[in-house]
Amino acid sequence: MTPHLHIENLTKTFTLHQFDGKQIVGCTDINLDLEHGEFIGITGKSGAGKSTILKCIYRTYIPTSGSMMYHSDTHGLIDLAKAEERDILEIRQKEIGYVSQFLRVLPRVTALDCVVEVLVEIGTEKAAAVAEARAILSHFQLSESLWESYPNTFSGGEKLRLNLARAMVKRPKFLLLDEPTASLDQGSKASVRDMIIELKRGGTSMIGIFHDLEFMESVVDKEFNMRNGIMVGGYA
Amino acid sequence: MSMYNYGFLDENTKRELRRKTLKAVAIPGYQVPFGSREMPVARGWGTGGLQVTLSLIGLGDVLKVIDQGSDDSVNACNLRDLISETSEVDTTTDTLEATVIQTRHRIPEEKMTDEQILVFQVPTPEILRTVEPSEQESRRMHAERDYSRLWVHLYEDIVEWKEIRISYDYPVLVNGHYICDPSPIPRFDVPKLHQAETLFLFGAGREKRIYAIPPHTDVIPLQFEDYPFNVESYESGCEKCGSTHTYLEESFDSNTGERYLYCSDTSYCGKQQLKGQHQPVEIGVGWNG
Amino acid sequence: MDNRVSIRNVSKIYGKGCDSCIELTGPEHGRNRCPKCGTIVACADIGFDVYPGEVLGIVGESGSGKSTLVKTLYFDEAPTTGEFYLQDFEEGLSNVYGLSSLQKRYIRNHLMGMVYQNPHLGLRLDYSAGGNIAEKLLMADWNHVGDIRERAKELLTKTEIPIERMDDKPKYFSGGMQQRVQISKALANNPPLLLLDEVTTGLDVSVQASVLDLIRQIGRELGISMIVVSHDFSVIRMLTNRTIVMKNGRIVEQGLTDQIMEDPQHAYTQLLINSLI
Repeated sequence: MTPHLHIENLTKTFTLHQFDGKQIVGCTDINLDLEHGEFIGITGKSGAGKSTILKCIYRTYIPTSGSMMYHSDTHGLIDLAKAEERDILEIRQKEIGYVSQFLRVLPRVTALDCVVEVLVEIGTEKAAAVAEARAILSHFQLSESLWESYPNTFSGGEKLRLNLARAMVKRPKFLLLDEPTASLDQGSKASVRDMIIELKRGGTSMIGIFHDLEFMESVVDKEFNMRNGIMVGGYA
Repeated sequence: MSMYNYGFLDENTKRELRRKTLKAVAIPGYQVPFGSREMPVARGWGTGGLQVTLSLIGLGDVLKVIDQGSDDSVNACNLRDLISETSEVDTTTDTLEATVIQTRHRIPEEKMTDEQILVFQVPTPEILRTVEPSEQESRRMHAERDYSRLWVHLYEDIVEWKEIRISYDYPVLVNGHYICDPSPIPRFDVPKLHQAETLFLFGAGREKRIYAIPPHTDVIPLQFEDYPFNVESYESGCEKCGSTHTYLEESFDSNTGERYLYCSDTSYCGKQQLKGQHQPVEIGVGWNG
Repeated sequence: MDNRVSIRNVSKIYGKGCDSCIELTGPEHGRNRCPKCGTIVACADIGFDVYPGEVLGIVGESGSGKSTLVKTLYFDEAPTTGEFYLQDFEEGLSNVYGLSSLQKRYIRNHLMGMVYQNPHLGLRLDYSAGGNIAEKLLMADWNHVGDIRERAKELLTKTEIPIERMDDKPKYFSGGMQQRVQISKALANNPPLLLLDEVTTGLDVSVQASVLDLIRQIGRELGISMIVVSHDFSVIRMLTNRTIVMKNGRIVEQGLTDQIMEDPQHAYTQLLINSLI
């Protein structure tokens, strides 16, 4: 069986036109295989290029070269580096979840609605969506008093928990986690771990970036270390 | 009257009028522009109808002219005199005898035949003027049958007044395409235009337009399924002849303040009165048969 | 064809034009005006697709040609060249720019809705709010006042306009409410495509947020495809999946909206993104 995601020679450089075309290296020559249901952790200092890889996979960044063969339920084997935008949108909506340390939410949408709309978008009945959203928000221990308020006013930890809920509620086949435990207390970390374990049991493949090495080691199958945009070491 | 050309107008003008009239007949409800001439009456006093009548009248015709149903109003008398003197035709007040009837704002009560022509005097031919001030835009709207604004106008009437308040110049859809102004006839007369045997010609002298509703043409007043078109109705009949099936006008006795209703069609009313006195008189059938 | 809208090679030129107009204008020259003949090239070489349920953003500064482009889509302006295919019209096989004005009007009434920046363009401010919606329905041959009013109520409820204001004239409404009435009107005949031209520009921030929220909700619930024109990246980010960046009448870049925001490729897009406050 082919891996869930096969990354070959992935390179991303940024060209800054306002600085006479200055080139900034994001990551260079990344090779990586993610098996179905596997969890790979990536470590490294800030600026090492960890997020660049995640954003290339999600296509928020356009890869400069290399390929990322992804095994999609709906599209078969597809190179995420070259896939049509509409296919990327569909795969994002149905298969890939992305959790970042930052919360990009719309003004005047309550925390509960934030999660509900993710489900409605993939065709869940409104009433069922509300029930599911409530369940996952309580799983991530987001205080019920916050459900009907606007996330803009949330603390960092609350925003992150909402983000996790949003990404995980649709039970994605593939999950990208960008510092999912930053600024969480021990209790919240435990609930993130529970959810990750539950998703893994359900067959979700994951790639995560962590600073919290202790937490990471308790959930990942493989880990890679990055330095200056290059993968320098992998441990099984 | 030998110093004037036959029918007052010169032959070229008559030819233009006839050509434009034919075009109007060929495109029911479409307003055909024409070069309206100076007439010996002021614009707005029936010059459009007058020119149409003069262009088609000929020896052997019998003319009737009415103003709001009356043969005796000053305006009707003057127009009748002008036409009959310049074209040497006989005149009548009897709808059944006339071959050409020129009218201001009424259709006679007796049903007209395919041997007769009814010529309307039209003050404002453009039905869209209330909703669209631009002539160019109005023409585009007619061409594309873009009549939604007229419909909204009726809708707004219903919202504000619970009914369509238009009492004259009631918009009608002619032959499934053009919406046109049947001239300021009362709603009572509008159904008479539908599938009639008579040719209806409309002349607007000031606005320089001729249009027509040929015989056997569909003429449907605008209406909604839940707000159907209706005609005026009265609680009593004509004070003079007793008719309960005619269009009536109100008048007040200035001394007693009492309100009376009379037939607007004076010729018809006169006939009905004669019949009431058991005198011999021929009365035509109504438009409903 | 499964894309709902296909635009090919659309241009709009004001002036007599010469052989060099296209060559001498555009982003690399930084101008719209042909230096040889003075013709204005409002937009040229425009091509894109919109998929069912997708929200496409068109972003650019004043004079980039984005509003002209959207006006040609709604037939408010005739393009100088170009093709426009709509999946819902003859299976997307006919270039709708080539149709008669009667057919174009049918498409405007049945297959598209437009919301303008200025409510004066999209509404008759002297007619009631309900009358404005009725106009669209009447164009689609509705002939029952009761049914029309039911539909208008439904739409006004969806756009959060109090039903008791239905028979009031929009000229007495606030700017945000006028935009809501415009949106109700645009949605009256359930069009598969909605065009939104700078709909929140000039509104107070709180009102802006609620109008944007409404638009998102509509997109989600009705599965309508939308084209959102704005100079404001925060509007684009909030509403769209994909974005086209225009400058001097040309497309300089198109891509996924988050990609345009985080990894802009073209120098001009980078400048725009770096200028965001």
